[in-house]
Amino acid sequence: METKLRAVLPDNELLRLHEQMLLSREFEESCAEQYTKGHITGFLHLYSGQEAVAVGATAGLHLDDYILSAYREHAQAIVRGAEPRRVMAELFGKATGVCKGKGGSMHLFDPSLNFMGGYAIVGGQFPVAVGLAFSAKYRGEDRIAACFFGDGAVNQGTFHESLNWARLWELPVLFICENNFYGIGTEVHRSSALSSIHRRTCGYDIPSEKVDGMDVIAVYKAVKYAAEKVRETGRPHFIEAVTYRFRGHSMADPAKYRSAAEHEMWKARDPIPAFAKRLLEEGIATQAQLDAILAKAQATVADAVRFAEESPWPDASAVWEDIYV
Amino acid sequence: MSEMTYRDALNLAMKEEMRRDPSVVVWGEDVALYEGSFKVTRGLLAEFGEQRVLDTPISENTIVGVAVGAAMGGLRPVAELMTVNFALLAMDQIINHMAKIRFMFGGQTFLPMVVRMPGGGGSQLGAQHSQSLESYFMHCPGLRIAYPTTPADAKGLLKSAIRDNNPVIFLEHELLYNSKGEVPEDPEYLVPFGKASVMREGTDVTIVAYARMSLLALQAADVLEKEGVSCEVIDLRTLNPLDTETFLASARRTGRAVVVEECWRTAGLGGDIAHRIHEACFDTLLAPVGRVAGLDVPMPYSREIEKLCIPRVETITQAVKGVMQWQPT
Repeated sequence: METKLRAVLPDNELLRLHEQMLLSREFEESCAEQYTKGHITGFLHLYSGQEAVAVGATAGLHLDDYILSAYREHAQAIVRGAEPRRVMAELFGKATGVCKGKGGSMHLFDPSLNFMGGYAIVGGQFPVAVGLAFSAKYRGEDRIAACFFGDGAVNQGTFHESLNWARLWELPVLFICENNFYGIGTEVHRSSALSSIHRRTCGYDIPSEKVDGMDVIAVYKAVKYAAEKVRETGRPHFIEAVTYRFRGHSMADPAKYRSAAEHEMWKARDPIPAFAKRLLEEGIATQAQLDAILAKAQATVADAVRFAEESPWPDASAVWEDIYV
Repeated sequence: MSEMTYRDALNLAMKEEMRRDPSVVVWGEDVALYEGSFKVTRGLLAEFGEQRVLDTPISENTIVGVAVGAAMGGLRPVAELMTVNFALLAMDQIINHMAKIRFMFGGQTFLPMVVRMPGGGGSQLGAQHSQSLESYFMHCPGLRIAYPTTPADAKGLLKSAIRDNNPVIFLEHELLYNSKGEVPEDPEYLVPFGKASVMREGTDVTIVAYARMSLLALQAADVLEKEGVSCEVIDLRTLNPLDTETFLASARRTGRAVVVEECWRTAGLGGDIAHRIHEACFDTLLAPVGRVAGLDVPMPYSREIEKLCIPRVETITQAVKGVMQWQPT
């Protein structure tokens, strides 16, 4: 028996989860369009399909908790509060971007939101998250470091080093694995001896659980519980959110390594219509309200694209700036 | 001033900075209870406790990466890698993270952190424990690099490194740890980055060196003086920033230069420095810039052949003589 939504969160917050998932989806699909037009270049890894993870998890954290992510991190940044305009401008490489156009799609960063970066080396963010958690503990601050990563990252040395370290030093880190089954084109059972990823943490005495990453409420509840545990014990915790990316690894990947049937099966579990259906069924929103939310998300994204198009390129002098203090 | 070893000068620098600033923390393999493989962290655990002086697992990449995160979180970590050879395991965090984070995030953060690492050859430790990797770090923008020669500079440069808001690679030479010298007692004694030291003035040839190579260059200069050659010896102190002004001015004055580096010759930092001198001083140079470097071989264990691979006083004197006697063919 599914929990009633109202037993979990008040109506306005439930609607907000829906709004954030829609905004993420609209943003990513617009990025794909801008990429085909040549406005966005370089590597572009889209998040469509995985929205319930970023949205549910972020809702389960405090605003002063640190968030770190990998190279598929637009949604984590936007959901945390980064302005879609400035994120889109960053992807365009414009001076008005969140990192002045120096980071791009894979390196979004906004310390004012405690969004501590997208990192493009698989597994590179693990130790950085542990270090941020150390600094928080050292100063006696009530904040944790939430570290997002994909299933591919769990075979990096830093994964094992950092889990061991976080438990050994008793640091407040919440590891959130987004298992979308594919490290680029290699399916998880072809890269991991133990493909049930959450079970790997027993080697480090870190509690873990698996959650349905297509269900925003399930993710929210799991992360909220785990984050409270981390806060309470000062020790790390681990969540494996099982999800799926609707697009290839990046825009350069036609995803021919997976079957149409598999893709369709997951498409049928799209977290956004699934959640909308529950909102309607439980009388939390009307169709008109949901339509208005969609229209607002589309307008926000259209405005972001316009802003990015109209923004200036960085000055030539910018290449010599921000290297040294 | 008091006389102390290079090791104790480094130790004093850390103690003074930890007393001054509670955000300074120290970690690395065996740095706390064991007091460091080379005993550079002796007494730190006793004075500052286990919250600030921490033993880590043998996880070099994560030792550096945790320092990156802690620095972003507002601390001033001083991480020790047991030897520079193990820095190769940490190169992802050093090159991809430590050196890049400020830039790729548009200047919205900075990393006030130091990674200390002993290095160099000459102790019969074999190919995997006798490397000089300074050129590796120097090649990458975004890192500050210090490599002190004297105990006074060891103290003054490490204190500057800890106070610097840039990420610093701090190299220490294993064969210098026991060397002694006068060290200022003033806790505000700082040696600025980017200012080379003229260790000896001379008029005929400029020898540009760093760390242990500077001491060999001074010995070579003594030998050469008896033969009537006056050498100016410049100790770089920091490899980034590089004080080009001092060595270019000297080379312009003497008309001749020899660069001495402990790292491998091929693509070594000496090639870069020599090129800078050629480019800036071409019209006043009396001979092409000479180079003395480590041999392009993995370091052998046997004492008798190991010593052939690292620059010696004789190889420096020969190089200087070669430059002095150079004639266009």
